[in-house]
Amino acid sequence: MSVKRLTNLIRSSGRIAEPAPPAPPLFPGAEVFGGSVQVRFINAGSGNDCALEVQSAFGPVYDVERYGIRLVASPRHADVLVITGAVTRNLIEPLHRTIDATPTPRFVIAVGDCAITGGVFAAGYGVAGPVSDFVHVDLSVPGNPPEPAVIVAALRRMTGR
Amino acid sequence: MTALEAGMLGQTLLLVVAVAAALLTPTSWRSRVSGTLCTLLAAAGIVTGAIALSGGTGSLTIPTALPMDPLVLSPDRLGGLVMVVVSVVGVLASLFGIGSARVASASRAAWLSMAVFLYGMQLVPAATDVVSFLLFWEIMTLGSTALLLAHHATRGTVASALVWYSAMSQLSFFFVLAGFAMLAGLAGGTGFADLATIDPYSWQASVAFLLLLLGFGGKAELVPLHVWVPRVLPEAPGHVAAAMSGAMVNIGVYGALLVLVRLLPNGPAWWGVLIMVLGGVSALYGILQASVASNLKVLLAYSTTENMGLVFLGLGASVLLRADNATAAADAALVAALLLMLSHAAFKSTLFLGAGAVARAAGEMNLDRLGGLGSRMPWTGAAFGVAAMGAAALPVTSGFVAEWMLLQALIHGSRVDGEVVSVTASVAMPLAVAVIALTAGLALLTFVKAYGIAFLARPRSQKAKLAGEVPLIMRIPLVLGALLVVVLGLLPGPLAMAVGSAVGPEFAPDVRTIGLAGVDARGIDAVLDPTTFVVLAGLLLLPVLIALFISARRPPVRTSPLPWAGGGSRLRPRMQYTATSYAEPLVRVFDDVLRPSRDVEVTHVGESRYLVERVHVEQTVSDVVETRLYRPVLNLLQRFGILARRAQNGSIHRYLSYSFVALLTVLIVVSL
Amino acid sequence: MTGAAAIIIALVQLVLFVFLAPVLIGVIRQVRARLEGRAGSGIWQPWRDVRKLLAKNPVRAADSSWMLAAGPVTLLVSSLLLCALLPLVGTLPLPLIPSDLFVIVSVMLIGVVALALVGLDAGTAFGGMGSSRHMTVAALVEPTLLLAVYALSIPAGTSTLSLIVETRLENPAVIISPVSLLAMVALAIAIMAETSRLPVDNPSTHLELTMLHEAMVLEASGRDLAWLELGSWLKLAALLGLLANLIVPWGIVTDFSVLGVLVGVGTVTVKILLLGVVLSVGEVFLAKARLFRVPELLAGSFALGLLAVTASYLVA
Repeated sequence: MSVKRLTNLIRSSGRIAEPAPPAPPLFPGAEVFGGSVQVRFINAGSGNDCALEVQSAFGPVYDVERYGIRLVASPRHADVLVITGAVTRNLIEPLHRTIDATPTPRFVIAVGDCAITGGVFAAGYGVAGPVSDFVHVDLSVPGNPPEPAVIVAALRRMTGR
Repeated sequence: MTALEAGMLGQTLLLVVAVAAALLTPTSWRSRVSGTLCTLLAAAGIVTGAIALSGGTGSLTIPTALPMDPLVLSPDRLGGLVMVVVSVVGVLASLFGIGSARVASASRAAWLSMAVFLYGMQLVPAATDVVSFLLFWEIMTLGSTALLLAHHATRGTVASALVWYSAMSQLSFFFVLAGFAMLAGLAGGTGFADLATIDPYSWQASVAFLLLLLGFGGKAELVPLHVWVPRVLPEAPGHVAAAMSGAMVNIGVYGALLVLVRLLPNGPAWWGVLIMVLGGVSALYGILQASVASNLKVLLAYSTTENMGLVFLGLGASVLLRADNATAAADAALVAALLLMLSHAAFKSTLFLGAGAVARAAGEMNLDRLGGLGSRMPWTGAAFGVAAMGAAALPVTSGFVAEWMLLQALIHGSRVDGEVVSVTASVAMPLAVAVIALTAGLALLTFVKAYGIAFLARPRSQKAKLAGEVPLIMRIPLVLGALLVVVLGLLPGPLAMAVGSAVGPEFAPDVRTIGLAGVDARGIDAVLDPTTFVVLAGLLLLPVLIALFISARRPPVRTSPLPWAGGGSRLRPRMQYTATSYAEPLVRVFDDVLRPSRDVEVTHVGESRYLVERVHVEQTVSDVVETRLYRPVLNLLQRFGILARRAQNGSIHRYLSYSFVALLTVLIVVSL
Repeated sequence: MTGAAAIIIALVQLVLFVFLAPVLIGVIRQVRARLEGRAGSGIWQPWRDVRKLLAKNPVRAADSSWMLAAGPVTLLVSSLLLCALLPLVGTLPLPLIPSDLFVIVSVMLIGVVALALVGLDAGTAFGGMGSSRHMTVAALVEPTLLLAVYALSIPAGTSTLSLIVETRLENPAVIISPVSLLAMVALAIAIMAETSRLPVDNPSTHLELTMLHEAMVLEASGRDLAWLELGSWLKLAALLGLLANLIVPWGIVTDFSVLGVLVGVGTVTVKILLLGVVLSVGEVFLAKARLFRVPELLAGSFALGLLAVTASYLVA
């Protein structure tokens, strides 16, 4: 893409991000973050539907980054762990280790019905159970999959912005 | 008798006592007795050297039965400086040797040759004529050869290493002998005072200079005469390697100084260029090989080539700049070369002692199998770390100060009062700066690798896991060496002045002490006070520490059993980066120079090409100089040897016929 | 008297840069977000990040050594030293330790080494990988860095950076001389590589295999991470400040006065933030180079530096 075309595109489309809805109430205990939350995303065994929705929450349209929320590459840097999907057997240990690797205070958000109850996969032979069977879940985002706006709202409860 | 004479006499007496003790004491006591005596011998060297350095005079005359002048030993200030340097390293090595007394290291031959080796090194700089110089040079060489032989007479790899060492050191000796012979013939005398009268611009002087440069360069482990180093030093125990690589190389530098400062001063510019090229190539090649080496001692051995390369780069720059009449910068470059030599002696001996301690504790020199030693051997780790900082020329160690001085001399060298001194200088100086910068950058990587892989993270083998700290007598020289690295770095002012006085008034640069012990090089308009620097860093650390303290009181640290590393549960120490993988990007970037050979072998599971059972990767980086330069020559020699063998079949008739033919030839030649 | 003035200016620089460095990162991220059509999290976000990191409980692996705690502090102190020594607000050199080119580079290298050791101390494959790449780049950058500033030092006749800046202030023709331009390009590339910016490293990558800087800090958390981030930001801000003052030296304080210091603070802030905007806009159009293309880039900038030095001897 030429520089000129890109400049024109930016000027004509301007801000892709949609206007911000009013801020939801702060999650109790998240005051310590002071408007800065780093998120580590864990796919514990989802069908990738919820993962796509989380991804679009971080995209330019919903732009969750404007509330001070950033995806990071390591749980050591994270404050909030976003988990999608029912926990499969092979991921029990990595899930535990990732939670343990996250410095406290930390919060866990389970995104999607699969993560909350196991959903349609609950009886699958490789599925060990919902996320809450293995780790303490602070916030649940129901939906199959949930809309990005709902995920954004849940994450905004962590920053209070 | 003057103090200097008493000192040299004391050294000789201590040598006799040490030799006798090595021969007479029982094995259980030998290391303690002989080690102490060797330490005393080296300490006597420090005293004698210090007296000579501070201007003491006196001479020791050894009468000879040979039909020539008596041998006179009388170190001047420069000789005194070098004597102090080698003796300090000797003290550290001898102390360490007391502790590292195992069967081979505690043998009669080992301690005897150690004493002889130390003595030889100490007295080379005291020589005032060619013959005594060569005599003590040979004592030093033979002492070191015997020392290596005594330590590892039983191991196969040592034999070939020793052949290389003997051959290369005799080659050096030959060059030195030929060079001195030429000068002596020209001057009509063997005393250094006679030799100093020679005109350096005559062609004979140039030939002699070339020969001597090769000879002394060989002792200083310069490319292409360095090939023995990576073979010999890894086989030597820590304290022997420290004595060889920390002290003996300085004798090579001393030889070069003798030629360039005392015998043939103010040589032509092309000498300087030649020395700079030799030094620059050595520095780059040495550090490249060091940066890709996985064996800790090989790494240190190649790094010696690098450091000596830098010393010679400085010497060469001083010759070139002096020929171009940029005297201030030339003198600064000379002092910088000497500071580099001092600093190298301090950090390299500490590093080799540290490697010796690691070898003793973990029984392993391959960095790929070490790791986590910092918490298991805290003293060794700290000393090695400080010395590694010195080798990487980080502030405020001795290496930093020396390299700073050299760079300052180089960037101020091309112009005097705004006028470009010569085209050669204005091309050579930027290139030299670039070479030093690249060398320094690679040295940084090399020593981050050496320290980080060996002493940090998790142990990569069972041996490293079970390693423990070495005994007190070995920790003392390690800590002393590390202290030396720091102290030399904090006192550049007094040090530069001492070095300046050692090279003599004609070469002494205009340096002064500034601040507490900083250096103010007036001639090149450069100021540095490491003490102020440390104070400033301390002041800046203060608020950070306060913030740290406040935050540490609120959220305490939590320890998790494993690093996160992607969340896997079977996280083995072998999954860490190793020394080989650490240097992999460099091997790729410089593959034209290093010529690595890589062998990848994939074993598949059953019939499937997609399932892999195991992958075996082997990578070797060979010494290009050895394979491209020495191998062809050696092969040629061998072929010649095979041809010659045909003439020698042991038959008495054939030898009689040889004699007959020879006699006939002589008769014919005479009758013509 | 000049000593006291120099110390005051150094203090001002320290306070200003500790405050300014996170803002600079905020501006860079904000401009980038806007160019990508996002709203952005505001220029104060890096400050919030640091404050939060300091409030968290760090987690350290059992096998990690004291290096994981000491390394970040060392990096921070080395960056603070840069801020104190470089001619940013004023050119008055501190007594006994002028802002000598080689001292500056060595101070920076202390931070480089500390970061590399933190990466190795993690005891993971990614930490070692990042450390190895970081050191390789650092080793290859050093010749360019030294040669570029060497070339700039020739018109001034000294390697002291404050005097170089002063010379350029007094004689602006030097700034647009071909030699200076070559050297500035080389210096800019070296600084980009040294501060882990595009095209050498992608500061916003989440993919471990493409990481340089990020890979080394993967195992750091809480205040350890805060010091590492703050140290890296300070280094970027200080080096950009140096670059800005070399290109546009006007506004920098040469004689101490309160008004002068205020003007100096103002101008350097504007210069750095503008350069940050330029950097950010430039980065939108750049992709990260392959790791083994980086040496080619650095070799190119090295050639520019060498050309600049020899040209200034032989042509000028």
